[in-house]
Amino acid sequence: MISLHGLTKVYPGGVCAVDELDLEIADGEFFALLGPSGCGKTTLLRTIAGLETPTSGTVGIGGADVTTTPPGRRDVAMVFQDYALFPHMDVTDNIAYPLRVKKTPKTERHAKAAATAARLSLSDMLTRRPGQLSGGQQQRVALARAIACHPKVFLFDEPLSNLDARLRLEARTFLKRLQRELAVTTVFVTHDQGEALALADRIAVMSGGRLMQVGTPTEIFQRPATPFVASFIGATPMNLLPGDVRGDVLHVAGAALPAPPGLTDGDHITYGVRPEYTDLSASPRDDAFPGTVAVMENLGTANLVTIEAGDTLIQAVVPEGDEPALGTAAWAVPRQARALVYTGDRLHAPIPA
Amino acid sequence: MNGPMAPTGRRYVGHLLSRLALTALLAVVLAFFALPMLWLATAPFDATPGIHVSLPEFTLANFGAILDNPYALGSLANSVIQAGGAAALVVVLSALAAYALSRVRVPGRDALLYLLLLMSSIVTGTAAMVPIFELANRLNLIDTHLGVILVTSGGLLPAAIFILKDFMDGTPTSYEESARVFGAGPLQILWHIVVPLVRPGLATIAVWAVAGVWGGFLLQFILIRDPERAPGSVILYTLYTEGGQPNLSLIAAFSLLYSLPVVVMYLFVSTKYGFRFHGGIKR
Repeated sequence: MISLHGLTKVYPGGVCAVDELDLEIADGEFFALLGPSGCGKTTLLRTIAGLETPTSGTVGIGGADVTTTPPGRRDVAMVFQDYALFPHMDVTDNIAYPLRVKKTPKTERHAKAAATAARLSLSDMLTRRPGQLSGGQQQRVALARAIACHPKVFLFDEPLSNLDARLRLEARTFLKRLQRELAVTTVFVTHDQGEALALADRIAVMSGGRLMQVGTPTEIFQRPATPFVASFIGATPMNLLPGDVRGDVLHVAGAALPAPPGLTDGDHITYGVRPEYTDLSASPRDDAFPGTVAVMENLGTANLVTIEAGDTLIQAVVPEGDEPALGTAAWAVPRQARALVYTGDRLHAPIPA
Repeated sequence: MNGPMAPTGRRYVGHLLSRLALTALLAVVLAFFALPMLWLATAPFDATPGIHVSLPEFTLANFGAILDNPYALGSLANSVIQAGGAAALVVVLSALAAYALSRVRVPGRDALLYLLLLMSSIVTGTAAMVPIFELANRLNLIDTHLGVILVTSGGLLPAAIFILKDFMDGTPTSYEESARVFGAGPLQILWHIVVPLVRPGLATIAVWAVAGVWGGFLLQFILIRDPERAPGSVILYTLYTEGGQPNLSLIAAFSLLYSLPVVVMYLFVSTKYGFRFHGGIKR
């Protein structure tokens, strides 16, 4: 178990990378730190590793306080974004390096390295140097090196970002299966929401050194706690439209929608609905946002249609074959069961509550 | 048919002439650098060497004569001790200093480096000869190998630190951080990771230091009075005939012997380490 309490990291020069952060990560959990660049997620990972010393707060691993423990004694293994394979060592020596540091005899550590390599289908390249491996192979060698020392915790810094798009999908599936088999607590950093949703058991969304929301991928996707999380999660950004409460009706971008309970007359709200949960109607409707079709983007099996209503842009995903013509009038109908209402930057309630 | 061909023909002649002129120029430049080498290759085997290149009247007598000189072979051994000692000292000290300067934030670091670089060209230059001699004299370092090693190293260190720091800066810190997370201590990181990574840089510095000290004359001439301890460059200066003329047959034979170790070292280092940079990180 990893527990962080009141963790703060201020860099010399006054940049606050991590701000009063509390977080508990359970044993065996596959945990994602997700956020835009500069949100402090990498600093947080490096603080767990011990490569950064927190300005205040504590870091606990497996019940022990390791705040001041040097990285080598925390029993963690880290895979760096650039893999950091030692270029002057072959694959065997790279994988066996953690054991070499622990003074394991040469034959034993080489046997262990060979066994780990076999598990990650690297047996044919044991004598190669990192420079002679493809990106995917380098990544697996880096994983093998982390696995070989049987740590309590794996820390991955953007583990898939250096692979090309096709390979990334394969590596993602591979990584998820590997983590399931090893059942070792794993924390990884990513800026790719799709990667976080696909891999993690739980996700922490970060911004400005703070946690915006912690939850399972389903919770984060279906009930993002703030408009920031809502716009960050999802392959296409969520429609976030300003609106007003009048009686029990929400007036949003030309549509009149039923208000959830608990709102008072005159409140300003933000109405959120994903493009995937927005349908297009060719005829006028009261519960739809009117506009004209401005842009169409082909997504393969569907089209992302952008509706222009004055200054407001509303996006909807339309199945193949149902595309409207550019420039025609259209009404974007939110599926109200999937819509979210934010008041003062917090989630009020999904509709219906 | 003839009309359109004529300008092409003229252009061809012009091209040919410019190629000829360039080739002639290159030949002259090449000859300027090649002639001394050619002299070094032929004169030692010539019975009557002059200050010109000619087909030698082949003999090995010059080498016999230089081996009769009581200081010749010993001076080469002295050169090896002084150049090797200085190179070892420069490599060890500059590697440690460059690593520290590259990894630790020191205020005014760049200014310090540039200042050192500037001072070093004065310190081992002719300008500081008198104070250096005086200093060596008071420290009893005159006529010692250690004196030569310390003074020449002092002159080479700033540039060596400067060059090696660049090598270290080019080495990503994630290698070291990775080793740290696996539990390696500072000395293990230095020995397992950093030294192998910057080995081409260390080899470059070592060769450069050896070549610099091996070819150096003035410092050695001033610091060493005893011909028993004088290096090759100083002994070369003593090879005169009784009449006060340079003894060309001895100088030629000794020059060849004096050059060979450096050539051998270059070949050895370049085949073993290669003067090349490492890559191998995924960006």
